[in-house]
Amino acid sequence: MAEPLLRVEKLVRRFGGIVATDHVSLDVAAGELHAIIGPNGAGKTTLISQLTGHLAPHSGSVSLGGRDITYLPAYRRCALGLARSFQITSLLLDFTAADNVALAAQAHAGTSFRFFANARKEKGLRDAAYAALDRVGLAHRADVQVSKLSHGERRQIELAVALASKPKLLLLDEPMAGLGVTESQGMVKLLQELRKEVSIVLVEHDMPAVFALADRISVLVYGRVIASGDPDVIRANEDVKRAYLGDQHVVTHHG
Amino acid sequence: MKGLSVSKAVTALMLAGLVLLPLYSSLSGNIFILTLFTRIVILALAAASLNLIMGFGGMMSFGHAAYLGIGGYAVGMLAQEGVGSGFVQFPVALAASAIYALVIGALSLRTRGVYFIMITLAFAQMAYYVASGLARYGGDDGLTVYKRSDFSGLINLSNRTQFYYLCLACLFGVIFLIWRIVNSRFGLVVQGLRSNEQRMQAIGFPAKRYQLVCFVISGTMCGLAGALLANNTDFVSPAVMYWTRSGDLMVMVILGGMGTLFGPVMGAVVYLLLEEFLSQITEYWALIMGPLLLLIVLFGRGGIMGLLGRIGRG
Repeated sequence: MAEPLLRVEKLVRRFGGIVATDHVSLDVAAGELHAIIGPNGAGKTTLISQLTGHLAPHSGSVSLGGRDITYLPAYRRCALGLARSFQITSLLLDFTAADNVALAAQAHAGTSFRFFANARKEKGLRDAAYAALDRVGLAHRADVQVSKLSHGERRQIELAVALASKPKLLLLDEPMAGLGVTESQGMVKLLQELRKEVSIVLVEHDMPAVFALADRISVLVYGRVIASGDPDVIRANEDVKRAYLGDQHVVTHHG
Repeated sequence: MKGLSVSKAVTALMLAGLVLLPLYSSLSGNIFILTLFTRIVILALAAASLNLIMGFGGMMSFGHAAYLGIGGYAVGMLAQEGVGSGFVQFPVALAASAIYALVIGALSLRTRGVYFIMITLAFAQMAYYVASGLARYGGDDGLTVYKRSDFSGLINLSNRTQFYYLCLACLFGVIFLIWRIVNSRFGLVVQGLRSNEQRMQAIGFPAKRYQLVCFVISGTMCGLAGALLANNTDFVSPAVMYWTRSGDLMVMVILGGMGTLFGPVMGAVVYLLLEEFLSQITEYWALIMGPLLLLIVLFGRGGIMGLLGRIGRG
């Protein structure tokens, strides 16, 4: 088997006495959509934060395309092709949608130590921004200040920002969080399109969405991966059913 | 749209007033007003430089007056040592400010928020005490600059009108640079960091590097103001670096409108004119000034520029 795009090996992160990430290992192959699910407090966001470089692990390693990135700062990982969206929308609220996306494109298009030319008139950056916004269906809102956009639209911009950096791997932290039914369906459709172009790690609570989208699923409980495999395997797994007792019908009846 | 035009109209009026002031001064024979406005223009320059890091960059520096002192002492000390050429004094003033900003910035930018305010304040106070200890250069009493910077006939700084226009040209030049910078790639990154640092890191920008460069640019600009100020007063003393002076600069920026191009100029004009005229009316002028500033900050979010914008919108 070829070298996986993302390889996580025996990652450990503690908070005081709590082991939030407990020897987590997982591989994400190029072109794969790998979903990470688990009950609240399972350590999903802690894991994502270690992948993006916002949190340092106590032991273990993370490598991207064969290169060890365990201790690289967030901005360096980004340059290597790792982009993320935030669980709680994190955008530049006083900037327009286009500015938000153009800045992401700018980060990957030469130096930003340019002091004189008007960056908003750089055609390459603007085009990239509009293209990414168009990709998520928000081209018509490009020049609106983000603080004036709806929650759903902001979730879409999160995606556009991640896309604009032309990543190899997209880490999506609950992209459906807080979305209504129709908005969620739109997002699933969008992700179905995007997965053709980029490998995705998806952390999500929305089970129907996960089972509709994922190639493989890893189930995280108390910081451990208790099961990993394709959706059918996960659906049939007894440990997973037990962990998700309350949500059991969701796991078994959808997808 | 109309809101924009009101603040633009007032700004244009103010700039025209600044340009035509020497004319009024010579026609009316009022020399005092030219001296007053030279000082206002120089401090407006300092406020504009502070606005670059505070308004656009979100870095609340409470030690900006240090550069006024560094620029001033560069001129004063060189003059005392017999180097009277402005072509040496001014570059040295700028370079010294830049180096100070680089060191202070590299240390201060490890912190955020209140700690950043406190550490920049602490460094400026250190600079104040260092200057007080310079026995050779007057120590506490300060240093008289007997001869203004000499630009070998190109421009005569002892001529009030010429000096005023030099200061005004420096102010306009700095504002032009700031205008270019805030719309450049670099400027967008710095403003992005003000808005959401975590997001900027996540899309691939190392925050500190950009903030440090911005901090150095701002400090260098303020060093220019310091060099001009020493020429204006023919004197430099540790008092120009005192923390209350840093506070004055912050007030000017907030009063005029943080993160606007001409807000600091507006703030400097209004603040210093108020101070001048209120202090002529009563020695308790600060009792009027204080509440007045409070009102503007409380009800005029965005300072005078913000207020003008809202008047326009009705």
